[in-house]
Order: sequence, then C-alpha cells, then structure tokens
Amino acid sequence: MYLYWFHPGVTPLIVVASAVSSSDRQSEVENVIRFILYGSIISVENIDPSLTVLQYLREQLYRSGTKEGCAEGDCGACTVVVGELVDGRISLKSVNACIQFVAMLQGKVLFTVESLKAGQGKTLHPVQQAMVDSHGSQCGFCTSGFVMSLFALFKTTVNPDRQQITDALSGNLCRCTGYRPIIDAALKMHNIDNKQQGWINRPALIKPQPVDDYEQRVIYLLEKIRPQHSLYLNHSGKNYYAPLTLNELAQLRQDKPQATLVAGNTDVGLWVNKQLRELPDVISLVMVDELKTIRSSASDITIGAAVSLSEAFQALVIYYPELTDLFRRFASKPVCNAGTLVGNVANGSPIGDSMPILLALQAVLILRKGSVQRELSLDKFYQGYQQKDLKPGEFIEAIRIPININNYKLASYKVSKRYDQDISAVCAAFVMALDESAKVAHVRIAYGGMAAIPARAKQTERILCGRQWDEQVLTEAREQLAQDFFPLSDVRATSSYRQKIAQNLLTRFYLETKAQQSPGIFQLRDLDVVS
Amino acid sequence: MMKSIAHESAHLHVTGEATFADDIPQLAGTLFIALFISEKAHAKIEAIDFSAVEASAGVVSIITAYDIVGANDCGPIIQDDPILSADEVNYIGQPIFAVVADSYLNARKAVKKAHVTYHELEAVFDLDEADKRQSYVLPPMLLKKGNTQQVFNESDLQLEGRFKVGGQEHFYLEGQVAYAVPQEDGCLHLWCSTQHPTEMQHLVARCCGLDAGQVVVEMRRMGGGFGGKESQSALFCCLASIAAQKLNRPVKCRLDRDDDMLITGKRHHFNYDYRVAFNDTGKIKALQLKMLLGCGYSADLSGPVATRALCHVDNAYSLQQVDLSAIFCKTNTQSNTAFRGFGGPQGAFATEFIIDNIARLTGIDALDVRKNNFYGKTENNVTPYGQIVDDNVIHELVDELEISSDYRARREAIRIFNQTSTVIKKGLALTPVKFGISFNVVHFNQAGALIHIYTDGSVRVNHGGTEMGQGLHTKVAQIVANELGISTNFVRATATDTSKVANTSATAASTGSDLNGKAAQDAARQIKNRLIDFLAEKYAVEKTAIIFINDEVRINQQTLAFRDVIQQAYESRIQLWSDGFYKTPGLHWDKDKLSGSPFYYYAYGASVSEVAIDTLTGEFRLLRADLLHDAGNSINYGIDIGQIEGAFIQGMGWLTTEQLVWNDEGRLMTHAPSTYKIPAVSDCPPVLNVKLFENKNVKDTVMRSKAVGEPPLLLGFSVFFAIRDAISSVSNYKINPPLNAPATAEEILNAVDYCNGFSDD
Repeated sequence: MYLYWFHPGVTPLIVVASAVSSSDRQSEVENVIRFILYGSIISVENIDPSLTVLQYLREQLYRSGTKEGCAEGDCGACTVVVGELVDGRISLKSVNACIQFVAMLQGKVLFTVESLKAGQGKTLHPVQQAMVDSHGSQCGFCTSGFVMSLFALFKTTVNPDRQQITDALSGNLCRCTGYRPIIDAALKMHNIDNKQQGWINRPALIKPQPVDDYEQRVIYLLEKIRPQHSLYLNHSGKNYYAPLTLNELAQLRQDKPQATLVAGNTDVGLWVNKQLRELPDVISLVMVDELKTIRSSASDITIGAAVSLSEAFQALVIYYPELTDLFRRFASKPVCNAGTLVGNVANGSPIGDSMPILLALQAVLILRKGSVQRELSLDKFYQGYQQKDLKPGEFIEAIRIPININNYKLASYKVSKRYDQDISAVCAAFVMALDESAKVAHVRIAYGGMAAIPARAKQTERILCGRQWDEQVLTEAREQLAQDFFPLSDVRATSSYRQKIAQNLLTRFYLETKAQQSPGIFQLRDLDVVS
Repeated sequence: MMKSIAHESAHLHVTGEATFADDIPQLAGTLFIALFISEKAHAKIEAIDFSAVEASAGVVSIITAYDIVGANDCGPIIQDDPILSADEVNYIGQPIFAVVADSYLNARKAVKKAHVTYHELEAVFDLDEADKRQSYVLPPMLLKKGNTQQVFNESDLQLEGRFKVGGQEHFYLEGQVAYAVPQEDGCLHLWCSTQHPTEMQHLVARCCGLDAGQVVVEMRRMGGGFGGKESQSALFCCLASIAAQKLNRPVKCRLDRDDDMLITGKRHHFNYDYRVAFNDTGKIKALQLKMLLGCGYSADLSGPVATRALCHVDNAYSLQQVDLSAIFCKTNTQSNTAFRGFGGPQGAFATEFIIDNIARLTGIDALDVRKNNFYGKTENNVTPYGQIVDDNVIHELVDELEISSDYRARREAIRIFNQTSTVIKKGLALTPVKFGISFNVVHFNQAGALIHIYTDGSVRVNHGGTEMGQGLHTKVAQIVANELGISTNFVRATATDTSKVANTSATAASTGSDLNGKAAQDAARQIKNRLIDFLAEKYAVEKTAIIFINDEVRINQQTLAFRDVIQQAYESRIQLWSDGFYKTPGLHWDKDKLSGSPFYYYAYGASVSEVAIDTLTGEFRLLRADLLHDAGNSINYGIDIGQIEGAFIQGMGWLTTEQLVWNDEGRLMTHAPSTYKIPAVSDCPPVLNVKLFENKNVKDTVMRSKAVGEPPLLLGFSVFFAIRDAISSVSNYKINPPLNAPATAEEILNAVDYCNGFSDD
C-alpha cells in the first residue's frame, strides 16, 4: 500500500483544557422563547416544549396559511423559512414547520406565507405572481409550502437553473400539477417586474445588496433577541434545555443521561407527532455555537454535531464531488436544512444514507462525556440494531472525515423507489486504491439497508485486497457479498432485491472505475437530456 | 378557445388565504374527534376497555356504534359500510369507536389508551384466493359480444397470460376533514371536504335520524379529491355529525395522514387473465378477459367502477368478439373506491398490455399494431356495449403526435443506443386514449345552478359542482361572464351549498363543467333574456339589436354600462336572479345487459414517452414526454393543460413508484408519504411537450368543450410501456417482459433479469 491515510485504531482520551465550571452559569437561564415574526418580536412563555411551529401558527396565532399535509416532514405543505444572522446578514433556509419545535426558533426570524404579503397591499410577491402566471396552483393546498421553498430560493439563488430548482423543491409534493408549471414559475420569478423593492421582495444578487431599512430592522431585532443564556422550559412535567455552550451541554448530558438529544428534530419530531411520545427531558444542541463549526485541515474535515446536513454536504462536496448525487437524493431540502450529519450518524438507522460512505472513508467520531473526549472509529460505533458504543452521559461532539485521499476511487450509490426524498432500499459506498500494477491496494465497502446496522462488507474487502481489479475478482466479490449480508424484506424492497443490487452496485463501481478503458453510461443521472 | 385566465383562487392559494375546511375559524366550544381503528383484519370484538380513555385528559365523550340514532351505515349504494363497527371488524383500519375531546391532540392521545380484545377470524387478502372461495362483494358482471370461442377454435395466432395492476392511494394533500355544527331545531350545518355534498347531506341525515332538509353541507374547496372524497368523505361527515348531535357542540373530525391512509379505500387493484386471438398484422380477432377487482371489505362504488372498466377495455380499439368479466373480490382490506378514471384506466390498461404483447410476437412496431386495431370512423365503430363511436379522431390525433414527437426516428435512435449501451437501456412507447364521458348511471347526468346579479352589476354563481383544484369554478365563471358579456372579475363562483342548489350529483366522471357549466349557462341565459325583453321594450328595438359585450350592452348605436342596465332593470322590477338546469340528452343504459349508449361523447388523446432504465438497479427516468389531448374547444387553455399534465404524472405514478404494500397480517405498511411514493419534482421529465388537439365537440356541450379531468390519466400508460420496451431490449425485443404494475425498480430489475435469460437466443 502506497497510501496510508486512515487513522490507526487508537482511541485516545483527551482531557479538554477548559474544564466545565458551569454550575453558576446555569442559574442564569432564560424561560422565554423569543423570535421575530411579521416584523415584531414574539415572546412565548409557558408552552409545551414539544409544541411544533405548525401547531403554534395554526392553533395559537390562527395563521392558517401554513398547512399540515403529513406531519412527518415528507410532503412540504408546512414549509416555512427561518432566518438567522450570519456575518451580519440574514441567512435563510426552508424547514418543515411540522417537525420543528417552537423552542427551536429561539433568537431567529420566521417567515410564513403570510409574511410575503404583510404590509405590501394587494401586490403579490414575485414568487407568488410567478406561481399565478404559470398556473402553478390547482387545489392550492400544497401551494403555500411551494411558495416558501421558492421564497428561500428566490432570496438565495439568482436565476436558478432547473437543477437548483428541483433541489429546492425536492421536499414539496404536489398531487395536482405534475410540477412543470411550478418549475416554470421558479424559472421566471426573478423576471417579475415588481415595483415593491422591500427586502422581502428583492431577489438575491450575486453581490449582496446593501442592507435596507427592513433588513436593518430585522437585524436590529435579531441582535436584540440574540440568546444570552441557555433556554430552559418546563411545562406539564416536560423539560426542554437548550444550552448555549458546549460545557453546559456536556454537564447537562452527564446530569441527564436519559434525556433525548435533538438537533434538527427531523426524527424526534416524528416520535412526537406520530407515536405521540411524551419526552420528559429534551436537550437541544441548536444553540451551541461551538457545535456549528466546520474545521478543515490538510488531512481531514471536522463537522460539529449541530452542523446541518446542507452545510455539511456543501463542505464535503468540495473534496468529494463524486458524492453530489448521493447528497442530492439524501433527503429533501428542508430536511437537510434542519437535520444534522452527526444526527444521522448518531441515530444509527440501518438505512441512514451517510454512514456507508463515512464508514468507507473511515470517519472518526469525537465523543464527549463531561470534560473527557475520546475518539472512536465509526466502524466500532455500531454494535447491533440501535446499539452503539455510547456511554451514559456521553454524546457525539463532532465527526472527523479524512479528505487527503488522492488517487482513490470513491463512490456512494443510493437506490430507492423515488429519486427525491425517499428512504434507501440499499445504499452502498466504495473507496478503493490501486497500486502501480492495478492491484487493489486498499478497499473499503460499506452498505446501508443490508443489515441491522450500517456495515462494512469485510469478507468481500478481503477477497479484493491485493488482487488484480478485473472481472474475475469482481465475480468472486459479488459471490462473497451474498455471504456477507442477509438482508430483510420490508416495504421498500425484498431481501433478494437488496442482495441483487448490493452486487450490482459493486458492478457499477467496477464499470465506472474502468470507464477510461471501456466508456459508457452507467448511471441514469449521467444521461444527456434528449431534446 | 377562450382566455387562459388564472384559477379563480390562484391569488388566494399563493398567499395562503384560500380557506380550506380546517382553516375555518372554530366556534367556541369546538370538540375534536380521534378514531380507534381495528388492529385485526378480521375479528369479532369481544371486549373494549375504555377506562384509560375515559380518564385521559380532555376527554368529553366516547362514541360507539350504540350512540348512532339512525342507520349505522355510510355506504353510497349498498348498506354494507358501518360507520363504527359494533361486533365485527373486517380490515385493519376499520373505525371501532371515536373519542371526542377538547383538543385534537388530547383526542389522539386518549384513543391510544383503549384496549380491545378480539377473537380473530380467518382473513382473505389475495384476489385469487378470494375468487377461489367465492368471497365477493357483488355478483359478477359479464359483457359478451360475438362468439369468442369459435374464433379461438379457428385461430392460429393466440396468446394467453396473466398480469396485474396495483391500486393507488389518492394522496390528496388535504386529508379528510369535516366540521359539524348543531343548529336550532335539531338541524346540522357541515363544512367538509367532499366531492359529493348532496350524498354527505343524505348520509348524515340517515345516520342522525334527520330529514335531508335539516342538514346543510357547505364546501368551498378541497385540497385535492381525485375520487377519494366522493363516497369516502361520508364516514368523517357522519362521525362529526353524530358527535355534534349527541353533545350539542361543534365537532371537528380531521385525520392524521396515517389514519387517513389506513382507513380509506384506494384505486382498485386488478388481476387479469386473458386469452386473445389475432391475425398476422396484430389485429385482435377475439378477446377473453377476466378481471378480478380488489374491492376490499365492502362494495362502496365497486359496481360502477367495474362497469366503467368493462366499458373501457376497448380503449381506442375495435373489438368485435369479446368475452369480458369483472369479479368483485372481497378481501379484508380497505374498501376501494373512486379514483380518477374510475375503473376506466384499469380496463384500458388490460388491452394495452395485450397489444404490447402481440406487437412483440408479431415483430410489428407496437404503434402499428395499435393503429391496425383502431376503431374506424364509419365502420368497425361499435363498442362491445353497443354504442356507436361517432366522434372518432384517434387516427388524426395519433398521426399528428407521431410526427410532432418524431416517433419513428427516435425509435431507430433508441435501437442504436441500446446496441452499444450495456447498462442503461432506453425505451419508447406511444399509447392512445379514448374515454367515455357521462356517468354510467343516466339520472346522475343532471345539474343545477343559481345566479344572482346584484344591483351594482356584480354576479355570484352557485352550482352543484365542487372545486377540488380542477378549475371548475373558474370555467363556470368564464361561461357565465361570456354569456353576460362581462369580465370574469365581476363573477364570483361561491361555495357549493346544498341549501342553494339541491340534489346535486358528485363532481366526478369528469362531468363537472359539462353539467354545471351548462346549468349555469342556462341560468345566465334566462336573466339575459329577461334583460333583453326589458331593453327591447324600453328602447323600442328589435331583440336581436341588443348585444352584451365587454361589460357593456349595445342597443343599436347606443351603449350602456352593464351595471347601469342592471340598475335600470332592478328599478323596473326585473328578476335579476335565476336558477338553471341541465340534463345530458340522448343517454340510455341497460345495467343488466351492460348495453346501450351510456356516454354523450368520447374524449381522445395520446402520449409518447421515452424512458431510460438502469439494468443494474431497475431504476428508471422519464426523459421526454409528448402529450396531445382532445379537450374539444377548450374553455381555459391553461387550466386544461394543467389537468392533462397533472393527470399524466399521476398516471405515471400509479404505474411506477406508487406501490401499496400490505403485510401478512393485512396491515397496510405504506400509510404515509415516507413509505408511499407519489411522483416528486425530479420525476417531471426535463422535456415535456403538451398540446391540445384542435377539435370541437360534435355534441352540443358547453362551448363545444370536452371533459378533461380523467381521460389524460391514461396518458401515463406510455411511461409503463416505454419501460417495458426498454426491458425487452435486453432480449433483443424478443421477449415479453413479465412486468406488472407498479413498475417499481425491483419489479423492473426482476423483469430485466428474466429477459437477460433469453439474451443469447
């Protein structure tokens, strides 16, 4: 092996220098949720910590423009846009109001479909006008969600192309139109001649526009409500803690090892809505700035536990453009905006789509318990179905992913019934290096959907290692795969289909690595669009 | 063709101001319902322990079958649909009792605390098994013409086989919802999401022991219906009403998505057994087809669904010798119901599948086999049920599409592509549609309307149709505005209301604008005629000299503003409101013999789809679709295009990614959008050419337009058959891929692997 980039299996214990001394700080907690809506600060007290933004809007503010279609973040009818201060400007992202707790809005600005018209008289927002002009609504129930996804796109991307549009709308289902008129609306929304030039109506520009009165005011309000203390809510026997610092979080986690940790709430939101689970103690990571960082070095990139999937993908795709398609079909835009990469890993679902490639890349978890850090190869984290090497009071602080892997061939493929916003039948990841004589010098293969945990195909790796990367060894490896895994049949796929495509995805990887010698099209996404 | 104006509610949709039933401000004291649904597919209920439910926070009442004052039934035709099960449950998802609480969440939390003891009974899920056991919800229907057996005895070229098509969840974005408010003197007012307000009125009255006159149903708009709110909105209307009546409080019944999908029926899934005889040009000489319908546990609308299926097996093809049967399999699953096309798509799909098989056997391009089977214009134009097809445009329509889509050249290009591409294979298909318009039950083909013109010249029109996104209210407003010569801005179509227009038919069978548009036109004409009489007398001119146009009334050389004319007419005591009525002429149908002329006319269309499949995973991608559809003289181009595209994508979803899965216990496992996959934005093809076929209805429909709600759903067929074409390429087009619908990635891969087994032949 001429390259040895992955970390040896040592798990050092690191004692963090700035040890926790948060007991006095904890007395200073905030009990009021403050966020900005329709240009004003909204203060919310005494609410059930698991009250969702959607319930709050519809049932307490009587703002019924935001709709409930599924209450599981899968249809997009409830899409709203949340903004926060980034480098002195308002940064916007679409999220599903049905699986966001109101408490998660702490210190942020919320935009709903009603925001777009607020104070603008009868004139429609360019996004709304484009939708009307394009016949973009039929029954109208999904429409406000589409409008809000488009509003986020309108403000962040000038004259988006079709791919950017479908990415932005990947979490919005429409049963009436077939989407073409909505895509058309998105293509023309920046061309709507709108006399209203307020911040809300003003499109994003390549060079940021100067801060205007509206944005100035929202920035002023955001500064004013910038959280100074941790948030603590107690209502009907339920506790919600949103610490402000990593140390406070670590302390809390130790004190309450049974508490539910949430970051994006894209999974826990469903426990609440669908299973009607009562969560007595919830600890939220969303206010811990130290967990929102992405740090890169020459050899790796470290992604904090509160970094959203969208942000993580944006950083990772720079080093791994091969993962563009995986990230695109990973989940919808609003789910990626809310959910976190570490959350996906920590959840440990056998069908989580980040883990196969993270396993193949030999990512390392940075775990923390109180003031003690340890590192653990992701490989060793998953011990069985929903069993992880995580001690009581411990949590994942960050994940470190190697980036300096020149000359490696890498791919991760997801197969699901639908391209957008679907759960994998199988997700596969391959990392391979060949030596000068085209022999396999290094190989890591991992699958999701094939076992009770995301898992490596270790026997198959063993067969490949040191062998000439040719059809003979491919055949043997395919046969071995059938011995490595015994997948289940479920609603997404049968066992035999999973087995078959696990093998076929290895074949696809083989074909792609041989594309220079035997060119061809091996994936649907590589097809040129016919005209 | 009239102007392509925006949907009348578009500006309300985009601002979130459009009010859906759940958005109506609630009255103080409103209570909420949650349903306890059966956990067993077939069982006797032995005991229910309510103690924890009663003790749960916010619970006001529990409603069981014994609280129902009137009939415990909400079946639309046959009374086999209990509202709440008293002693026996017939599917997982069947409501057993309802909890009424002070909040939606408290009701949902409480209902989970019940414990029901069941005595399990044997359950049936499989259609063949149901058929074997003669487990039926209705007696079979048979449609015969000629003597097929004789043809089979004499024919060399024959084929037989089996295939299946899956069901389809409606997935209206707005779930089922009903809000019942008690009124004085025992009356009830309901706001709900339904395609059939009159039926809701009748069924609520029946279960509450009221007269129809004591119940008012009001419906502004639905967040999608697609047939799922035709009969099956009744359960929730009835439950809200029963609770409201019992407690004398306003009660809302709205469903969580999972409950909605577990409780309500879907499109019928079909198993087909066929035998076909054909000649060497692929012309079908005789067809025997047995269709097993997956009806679920009760009849619901399965009878008329099967009738329409039988009447659409012919699709665009002249079938002279047929022997068709529909078998109503009773299974312990949701009771399947209306879904856009109402059996028509399942009927037509059968023949398209068979023709696709014939094409591969004869080696003739499937398009030519289709053409060889088309109905003639003046001969070979009698349907198996005896109606003469007198408006056939399928030849010219398909010819036009064949050219505009560049079908032949692309067919060749795809063959060449497939010769060199090992993993990705492309496929192409053109499929036609002929779809009969009218309810197959003659007396449903009637409609009423009520128009008020106010003294400032503004107009409100009310009619029996319901708005579910299809643009019915927009079209009706256009029709009225056109009749009165005024801008649509002055015409407001209002919420469907059983106290305004009585005895309405369901907004279904694509007939919404045909029926209600004509009724509204009739009402407008009556007022207009009164105005003409009045003006002719007042200004002493011939009636023909009076023209209503551009918000004005021209009386010879003189021009008056429409509103001034109205004011004058009011002051002269002219009646400025009118009812209107319409019944479709010339329909007759013998439901016992399955013969007659049930359809006023036919709508036509065709589509070409080009797909690519991945032979390693079975995934597919629609690359391009060309749709050409006959909407007659379109009333609103933009709305009609929207119906066509939307139906096409919905039809594609039905036949590809939308897979319903029940587990061995009969539990529907795909009961949320996380598991049930309707098309999403990336499924819209990058190239989508949609055009209206230039045609005027030969029948006297409103403005010579044609119905457009359901027929284009069948355009989605071309996606399925393009996939099948791509699969068969791995066997060099020799093998008929054993592909059932929905063609999920797994289904496609299995068919690819099957065909691969023949690739060396």
